[in-house]
Amino acid sequence: MTQRLPFDEKTARDLISLTGAEPRMLVQILRVFVENFGFVNDDMIRLLASELNLSRAEVHGVVSFYHDFRTSPPGQHVVKICQAEACQAMGSRALTDHAKQSLGIDMHATTEDGAVTLEPVYCLGNCACSPAVMINDNVYGKVDANTFDTLISKHAGQTS
Amino acid sequence: MTAAITIYVPRETAAISMGANDVAETFASCIKDKADSIKLVRNGSWGATGLEPLVEISNGNERIAYGNVTPSDVEGLLQAHLAGEGHPRRLGPTNKIPYLIKQDRWTFHRCGLIDGLSVEDYRAHGGFAGLEKALSIGAPAIIEEVKTSGLRGRGGAGFPAGIKWQTVADTAADQKYIACNADEGDSGTFSDRMLMEGDPFTLIEGMVIAGLAVGANRGFIYLRSEYPLARKILSSALQIARTNNLLGNNILGSDFSFDIELHIGGGSYVCGEETAMLESLEGKAGMIRFKPPLPAIEGLFGKPTVVNNVVTLGSIPNILRLGGNRYAKLGVNRSKGTLAFQLAGNIKNGGLVEKAFGVTLRELIYEWGGGTASGRDVKAVQIGGPLGAYFPASKLDTPLDYEAFIQQGGMIGHGGIVVFDDTVDMAEQARFAMEFCAIESCGKCTPCRIGSVRGVEVIDRVIAGTDRTNNLALLDELCDTMVDGSLCAMGGMTPFPVRSALQEFPQDFESSGGEK
Ligand SMILES: Cc1cc2nc3c(=O)[nH]c(=O)nc-3n(C[C@H](O)[C@H](O)[C@H](O)COP(=O)(O)O)c2cc1C
Ligand code: SF4
Ligand code: FES
Repeated sequence: MTQRLPFDEKTARDLISLTGAEPRMLVQILRVFVENFGFVNDDMIRLLASELNLSRAEVHGVVSFYHDFRTSPPGQHVVKICQAEACQAMGSRALTDHAKQSLGIDMHATTEDGAVTLEPVYCLGNCACSPAVMINDNVYGKVDANTFDTLISKHAGQTS
Repeated sequence: MTAAITIYVPRETAAISMGANDVAETFASCIKDKADSIKLVRNGSWGATGLEPLVEISNGNERIAYGNVTPSDVEGLLQAHLAGEGHPRRLGPTNKIPYLIKQDRWTFHRCGLIDGLSVEDYRAHGGFAGLEKALSIGAPAIIEEVKTSGLRGRGGAGFPAGIKWQTVADTAADQKYIACNADEGDSGTFSDRMLMEGDPFTLIEGMVIAGLAVGANRGFIYLRSEYPLARKILSSALQIARTNNLLGNNILGSDFSFDIELHIGGGSYVCGEETAMLESLEGKAGMIRFKPPLPAIEGLFGKPTVVNNVVTLGSIPNILRLGGNRYAKLGVNRSKGTLAFQLAGNIKNGGLVEKAFGVTLRELIYEWGGGTASGRDVKAVQIGGPLGAYFPASKLDTPLDYEAFIQQGGMIGHGGIVVFDDTVDMAEQARFAMEFCAIESCGKCTPCRIGSVRGVEVIDRVIAGTDRTNNLALLDELCDTMVDGSLCAMGGMTPFPVRSALQEFPQDFESSGGEK
């Protein structure tokens, strides 16, 4: 389970001070926000624009460019299944179908209990142990339908 | 006194993905009462990924390897080893493992051997020697040495590193930068990751030497966000390098100062392209820049910048230590030295093989890789990432040589080799190439942004058997438009996997339902 902080301006300013309030650090700050708050919302964009002396449109443009900078809160656990070629060669398509079915959600969606968000990823650098899956920051290799279910219950408890 | 016995368990993503952390914990609890005589070290990976977790036990003279170790093996394995008995997991001495002995380890010579965060181990195995040499010979001679080595960029384009460095060195400016491309986005590649996790000081030393050569005092590493362990290890390595005077002011007592900032990407493939990476390092969206100007002349914040891949920079310390000539003796034709090939996908013994250029695909896939994991026939091999062509089995004798690959309509790129068995549907792979381009396009040019979306639709119609002949002609036209009208290789090379799939595997594009 990932510990996330609720957003407030003081926490956000503290996080910004880790890298410095410079426009050149915007991508790094957005990363720190996503890692700590789970996502980026309009309040954060407004704050960043004023702290870094950028327009809101500029900040928004950067947020929307990068896949990592989600704009809605994820579930407690983020499960990424690699969709790239080396994993395809070892059955990632079938694994993805299984995952969607067993979690009852599509890609980019979150289970109703808020436990799991499913996301695609294009290569985890674990291509010699494909198919690969990342749960929060942990990478797993040679994952089949069975190990997938085991991993989900290990991380997220019972998900039915 | 140092412990008599050392147990090595890799701290590396692939090994950990197969359970190495659990194995290490089990060892730790087995030996907790024997701390005086047995110690546990987390080394890098040797790259024989098919054998991970690969555990070694050393008595100080010889390292004995055990492959595919599980936590339940640990107690018995340790007992057997200490009693001098055999064990089913025992592979024998590490330096006799066939996968490893036949390699030409240059850039990865310490990877697996040491704890990558130990400065002592690093120095004991040749670390710092390249930098010391560089400091003693000075900038022009460093660049000459790199030119002599024939080293070409390992990130994909294969541009000669020495010439790039010369350009930056020759461009007058108040500030210059070294930007290391650690975005490693190509499917089937993990050599950057293995080097950063297993021997991070090599990269740092290479960047310092680059800085010295061109007159830059600041460096950046742009690391993909999908590599959390590499990030952790690199952050520690940078810190340790600073306290050991490998970074910071007056490096190794010289008058040269240099430091490195670690940046993490945002999950965008196109940010691996050098100009998009520079935009991202400046805090912006990763939109491709027009070239010229080259980054070597106007790069990061408009200043002359060396952009090099992790493996390019990581090859530098040994080029200085052992001499560019020695490196250039390895390899063939204009492909000098070694490449860290990566065997991935449907392959029995996947992993990293550092080998002089000239080795063939067949040798890599069968002699090292052991053929497919499924035991079925190889049908297609994609080399060089998602923009690389698919080769049929009939092209497996192509030698790994940049120019030989281009002649065959392919590219070596970052050296990733993704194997598919005969169950693969190549129409699906062609469709994916277009889909990936649509997802990752930076959006600057229409042929790439819109063309790729059209490409998916057209391939869908071909697969469905709808107006096949016309749709195939349309697909061909679309590919032409993308090749001719794209600003960078994202749109410009997506047609390579698509067209190679069509040309080599036309039967896969025939719909099961016939023409509709
Ligand atoms: C779409 C695209 C993605 C790329 N991704 C990477 C990458 O992840 N890592 C890398 O080193 N080079 C990548 N490159 C190549 C870089 O643009 C550049 O050539 C390289 O970083 C230069 O370093 P080198 O000369 O040491 O190879 C990519 C190129 C393109 C067109
Ligand atoms: S080809 Fe695609 S990725 Fe490259 S600049 Fe054009 S739109 Fe951007
Ligand atoms: S392609 Fe899936 S981990 Fe690299």
